[in-house]
Amino acid sequence: MDAVVEFFAWLWAFWPLRVVVWTLVVTIGVLLAVAYLTYAERKVMSAMQRRQGPMTVGPFGLLQPVADGVKLFAKEMVIPAQADKTLFLLAPMGLFVLALAAWAAIPFDKGWVLANLNVGVLYVLAISSMAVYGVVIAGWASGSRYAFLGGLRSAAQMVSYEVSMGLIIVCVVLCTGSLNLTEIVEAPRPAWMQLLLFPMLVVFLISILAETNRAPFDLPEGESEITGGFMVEYGSMAFALFFLAEYANMILMSAMTTTLFLGGWLPPFGIGALAVVPGIFWFVAKTAAILFFFIWARASLPRFRYDQLMRLGWKVFLPFTLVWVVVTAGAVLAFGGGV
Amino acid sequence: MADPALLATYLPVLILLLIAGGMAVWMIGFSLVLAPHRPDPAKTSAYECGFPAFEGTRGRFDVRFYLVTLLFILFDLEIAFLFPWAVALRDIGAFGFWSMAVFLAVLTIGFAYEWARGALEWE
Repeated sequence: MDAVVEFFAWLWAFWPLRVVVWTLVVTIGVLLAVAYLTYAERKVMSAMQRRQGPMTVGPFGLLQPVADGVKLFAKEMVIPAQADKTLFLLAPMGLFVLALAAWAAIPFDKGWVLANLNVGVLYVLAISSMAVYGVVIAGWASGSRYAFLGGLRSAAQMVSYEVSMGLIIVCVVLCTGSLNLTEIVEAPRPAWMQLLLFPMLVVFLISILAETNRAPFDLPEGESEITGGFMVEYGSMAFALFFLAEYANMILMSAMTTTLFLGGWLPPFGIGALAVVPGIFWFVAKTAAILFFFIWARASLPRFRYDQLMRLGWKVFLPFTLVWVVVTAGAVLAFGGGV
Repeated sequence: MADPALLATYLPVLILLLIAGGMAVWMIGFSLVLAPHRPDPAKTSAYECGFPAFEGTRGRFDVRFYLVTLLFILFDLEIAFLFPWAVALRDIGAFGFWSMAVFLAVLTIGFAYEWARGALEWE
């Protein structure tokens, strides 16, 4: 018996193995969160529209995501005749891998991070930018006019809002003086800093809606004009991978907002007494609050027009965030103890 | 060369990529193997409203998509310059601030020119 325990202790001391175990825990955790985010979305939307939402599969419809998954798994995967078959299948796989990969740098609690990268912010930004490739490849490889247009539109939309997202993150980095996400969470934030970052939080929330192609910026999917955009030719598990990637990205962006602006795993409003609750709870609660905002926006707002979308991104957010970078830098030099 | 301890912090990233890639391949592969597969000319043709598509699918498209992407590359590069500056601003002080202010001013002039020429108009 002792030998077995010792063996496992020895195995556990082997660092890469622990990494593999924790990586699996995070991956499965994110996928479960995705499954129940779809359920939560349907329940919240139905409550907002005075309906019941999923009710039949399992108690309170709690097994609905499982049923959806099984159904998608059993469906035929139709590969269009004029599609580039390799790219057609690689695009959803790439998007899915990217949506999971960015989670490596997110700190869930003090020290609970898979890879404590010293350039964590850049890593997440880089990985989430690469999602554009998946979208463009999917749109091109499908060999359908709708998919092609949808892919172009999504790409233009995602890159437009990425610029303002990048500038907002620069503001946060200016205030915290670090690119490491753990240090960003723990950096002290005096009142003037919070005041400066609050408008950036608002712009960031709107930008992540556009970046993840969610309502009211869901033009890439625009059912009424391009019938599903770059995903129009996809079905079965290939579609499921797009779907998983989209929702994993939503959760990722909410987690990023929590980490950058809302103090990650720290108790809200700096109330020290609340620190008795484990940090992971605060992290999940804050992320869930932002996810609720995602669903709320979808239930309340009509879709933007494409020219309005581009105008908001390039003519409002970009100049505003650009000016704000300079303002923040000036404030940091004035109050932040520059040399 | 690269510090091994620094590289080791990226090992979890590699493992995560492998696990996620494995899951993606597994899901697509099992679906291809297990689900029924009965292609048919009508089923595998491009999606349209009940008639064959009129023209090729990868034809011409609006040049403004190029313009937006070009602008994006400019601004993304600028952001790449801003990150190290933002981290070091407390050390480089007013000199660093004004150097970047000049750089941003040059960029803003270019942006204003683009705006005035109507590169950002979508109607």
